[in-house]
Amino acid sequence: MAFKAMTSKEVTKKVFNKEKLFVLDVRNESDFQDWKIEGKNFQYLNIPYFELLDGVEEILDQIPAGQEVLVVCAKEGSSVMVAEMLSDAGLDVSYLQGGMKVWSEHLEPVKVGELKDGGELYQFVRIGKGCLSYMVLSNGEAALIDATRMTDIYLNFAQSMNAKITHVLDTHLHADHISGGRVIAEKTNATYWLPPKDAAEVTFDYEPLEGGHDVTIGETKILIHSLYSPGHTIGSTSFVVDEHYLLSGDILFIDSIGRPDLAGLAEDWVGDLRESLYKTYRELSEELIVLPAHFMIIDELNEDGSVAEKLGTLFVKNHGLNIEDENVFRKLVTENLPPQPNAYQEIRETNMGKISPDTEKQREMEIGPNRCAVR
Amino acid sequence: MEANKVLDAKGLACPMPIIKTKKAMAELESGQVLEIHATDKGAKNDLAAWAKSGGHELAKHEEESDVLKFWIKKG
Repeated sequence: MAFKAMTSKEVTKKVFNKEKLFVLDVRNESDFQDWKIEGKNFQYLNIPYFELLDGVEEILDQIPAGQEVLVVCAKEGSSVMVAEMLSDAGLDVSYLQGGMKVWSEHLEPVKVGELKDGGELYQFVRIGKGCLSYMVLSNGEAALIDATRMTDIYLNFAQSMNAKITHVLDTHLHADHISGGRVIAEKTNATYWLPPKDAAEVTFDYEPLEGGHDVTIGETKILIHSLYSPGHTIGSTSFVVDEHYLLSGDILFIDSIGRPDLAGLAEDWVGDLRESLYKTYRELSEELIVLPAHFMIIDELNEDGSVAEKLGTLFVKNHGLNIEDENVFRKLVTENLPPQPNAYQEIRETNMGKISPDTEKQREMEIGPNRCAVR
Repeated sequence: MEANKVLDAKGLACPMPIIKTKKAMAELESGQVLEIHATDKGAKNDLAAWAKSGGHELAKHEEESDVLKFWIKKG
């Protein structure tokens, strides 16, 4: 039988459509345990490729017949080898093109809505890592929010929409992924906005984005109203776009809330986090659509692959917004926190401009899932 | 550490470093040591896990500029 390559885009489609897929992950056990391709109806088998060098006969009966099979490894090489062996044994299989390395970098643009004056808002779903970034388009201009380091994707997308990127914003200094904001701002001569309280140590010029500050794009003046909402970091700022979308950064997610321990002491910021979620957000319209900077689990995706929910719905359904007792809340966000993201200190220093690792190193630093939330 | 054999797997991408290691290991006697030089960063975790599953001992590893060095004692 034959074997072929499956692209990250094709796998993303299967995740969005909740299709079935049998994932044979041939990386070593610890890498698989740490981070894998997540799909609601995906089944998994993890056998390291180095245990299959003498043949795949022993695992053939563990692969269900009649199901689509995808062989996955870190960078493609081993999955091609195993896919070829399975194909020789009579199976019809695919391997993940570029492996987890490319999976980690794949961005899928999903349109989340239209703006009052004809503009559009796109969400870029980084499906492998759970990072979400946004492009607001209006009258040939674009604003980019929480961009990843895959800068060409945004530049090409803006070009395909005949828009010029004029403003680049980060809701906070990221600790789980390397921001592409500064590079894109340099390439497009756009203004790069950062919350000044997160930018105290940065080595480059930026425009300080403070609460109450407004940024407009396009002739129709799409308003991006910023709202100081500390807690995940001391500078964390949310944006209300077009009076309809609440870009909540890493403060509020769909089924979880931000963790306060990645840039300082959880104990110090837990009060800010409480205040932002239980006071600042409570004063906003419940009709706002929350668009966070991450999703943590695949169940947070909507039918169309987007990650978005009405603020009013989250006030009802998100456990993190419904903890009456402040001490219980304090405990939730400071105790039993998930492990910190891989290389998060180095990632913060990169985002401050203090260190400049090469692309290969940046990739390595970002390996693994994002862990910015607590549930 | 004294090695009975040195394997140069520099510049090779996964799965080749492991395939070559497995071959070289087959030519050694139990208790003998194979020294491996690799540049593929993934080799670190994979060689450790492979050695463990094969009953060998990863006796030592070092990083010298961009070269990863491993000493595996045959089990």
